[in-house]
Amino acid sequence: MKIVVCVKYVPDATADRTFNASDRTVDRTSVPGLLSELDEHAIEAALTLAEAHGANVTALTVGPSDAAAAVKKALQMGADAGVHVVDDAIHGSDAIASSLVLAKALQKLGEAEPVDLVMCGMASTDGGMSVVPAMLAERLGYAQLTFAASVEVSGDVVRIRRDAETATETIEAKLPAVVSVTDQANEPRYPSFKGIMAAKKKPVQTWSLADLGVDASAVGLGAAWSSVVSYDARPPRQKGTIVTDDGSGGEALVRFLAEQKFV
Amino acid sequence: MSEILVVVDHADGAVRKTTTELLTIARRLGAPSAVFIGRGYEQAKATLAAFGAQKVYVLEQPELSDYLVAPKAEALAQLCERLQPAAVLLTSSPEGKEIAGRLAIKRESGLITDAVDVVTGDDGAPVTTQSVFAGNYTVQAKVTRGCPIITVKPNAATPEPAKAQPVEEKVEVTISEAAKAARVVDRTARERTGRPELTEASIVVSGGRGVGSAENFTVIEALADALGGAVGASRAAVDAGWYPHAYQVGQTGKTVSPQLYIAAGISGAIQHRAGMQTSRTIVAVNKDPEAPIFDMADFGVVGDLHTVLPQATEEIMRRKGQ
Ligand SMILES: Cc1cc2nc3c(=O)[nH]c(=O)nc-3n(C[C@H](O)[C@H](O)[C@H](O)COP(=O)(O)OP(=O)(O)OC[C@H]3O[C@@H](n4cnc5c(N)ncnc54)[C@H](O)[C@@H]3O)c2cc1C
Ligand SMILES: Nc1ncnc2c1ncn2[C@@H]1O[C@H](COP(=O)(O)O)[C@@H](O)[C@H]1O
Repeated sequence: MKIVVCVKYVPDATADRTFNASDRTVDRTSVPGLLSELDEHAIEAALTLAEAHGANVTALTVGPSDAAAAVKKALQMGADAGVHVVDDAIHGSDAIASSLVLAKALQKLGEAEPVDLVMCGMASTDGGMSVVPAMLAERLGYAQLTFAASVEVSGDVVRIRRDAETATETIEAKLPAVVSVTDQANEPRYPSFKGIMAAKKKPVQTWSLADLGVDASAVGLGAAWSSVVSYDARPPRQKGTIVTDDGSGGEALVRFLAEQKFV
Repeated sequence: MSEILVVVDHADGAVRKTTTELLTIARRLGAPSAVFIGRGYEQAKATLAAFGAQKVYVLEQPELSDYLVAPKAEALAQLCERLQPAAVLLTSSPEGKEIAGRLAIKRESGLITDAVDVVTGDDGAPVTTQSVFAGNYTVQAKVTRGCPIITVKPNAATPEPAKAQPVEEKVEVTISEAAKAARVVDRTARERTGRPELTEASIVVSGGRGVGSAENFTVIEALADALGGAVGASRAAVDAGWYPHAYQVGQTGKTVSPQLYIAAGISGAIQHRAGMQTSRTIVAVNKDPEAPIFDMADFGVVGDLHTVLPQATEEIMRRKGQ
């Protein structure tokens, strides 16, 4: 089985994330970056499947040169190989263009041996649209099984369980498929010392848009099908009244609720 | 007037409140047409008319319900091809966003997700507002290519009734074999709690690690019930197995935007704030005066939730005369 995990390099959510004033894109330089924590769950799920069924796991990222760190972390966790698509023209790409580049890279990866399973995180922690996996399924014509809380493969069938709006669902499809996993799916492993050493010898390919046959004008800020008109920092919430419970804290709370007409 | 498609969000015909919000927004942009996909149209009919749908397209083929989003996206693409609407609005649920994403690619149209407001811009095209980076920024955006496809978060508008007599049209679409690749083989409905739906509720009471155990969540539930609200939980409480994941509030759970959000035993991590920061009024109960949740609270009690909450519940019941 051949598994490709899509991993994204994102600005750290606990830092003060902001925009580039010049082109209103996400500022990816002033804030430290890291492998999206939610994609660690996808890597873990892929590695678990590989351990059970035998599979080659490739980590794929599309992003600036720093994004190589996301692939490196995946290799340290145990992925076998990495691919980094990097090209200046990609800056400012929206989900539609990102999914195009990812789909082309997946097709190229499938030339030698078809890709059976594409695994994704449930959302990128920066953009967080949760649409790239569905878009990949659309572009590749693969089955879409998203928001998995658990994943199983038996033979050529993949089965997931997920918490939908009003029900718990079991979904099944024949491979090939795109599966996205939630943070409920597993506890991602930490890279071991051995894993860190082994990662140094694992193959990483770097591809440009030209390598994928993608026209530079199809991606990037200029090609985005939607654009940010303006952005504003939300004024910080005013800190309100804080009381210390002296035995009547609950009553004070209700007085506040009553003043606000909630009671 | 230009036609705005509103994809009806429903459970076997029970129309969710978000749909009435979408219809209200659609009336600002043009003439709303509801697109009803799945079973139970008879039950949905009256609500769609009451909130101003000029037309209703009814798509009832069973394939549209038995598979996931791919057939729905195909159906909408065919409808868009024929009608050339001025915009398509969907609920910003995981399913709504995935349908929208696939539709955007099929129709080569721009997509905006998670809008908290939509208005008409100077050129007549929709301009959306989104809340990003855990609610620290608001962003105005518009679609620059094709038919704007916009997913809108719950509580983005106050539903305003506007009686209409919609023209109904049954629509047949062709569903490809590829779209039927992923099949729902089992669906176990979650137990109904009798409480309002978390994302729609106007009051939410959430518990975190400070609650201490699954049994202790009755303290959270009692306050929620006294206020007629929904119950939420932090990821720490969910990970500990104290409350089901369906009730998690935050980045990887639900986003809520109620009139009142009460956080008890929750520290206020950025990933939790991402799911509740746009709440109108925030109240925190936490025994640590330094907890970051207090920085965003309109009212806070530094104290033990196990005494503060039951006292509050009792006081509410007393005021209600029970
Ligand atoms: C990628 C990612 C996604 C995440 N998504 C989410 C998400 O969707 N939702 C979410 O909530 N978290 C999410 N998290 C986790 C988040 O970072 C925090 O770990 C989590 O929110 C902490 O939950 P908590 O506030 O209940 O627990 P803690 O941070 O442990 O806080 C418990 C609080 O309870 C108080 N307390 C203890 N006992 C009492 C008592 N008796 N009375 C009153 N107060 C008491 C303590 O003072 C403390 O402030 C995510 C993390 C990551 C990395
Ligand atoms: N630039 C990217 N490179 C690799 N994978 C990505 C990229 N963008 C999105 N993904 C994948 O798609 C998932 C969902 O992303 P999103 O739709 O942006 O929320 C992520 O968890 C990743 O697995």
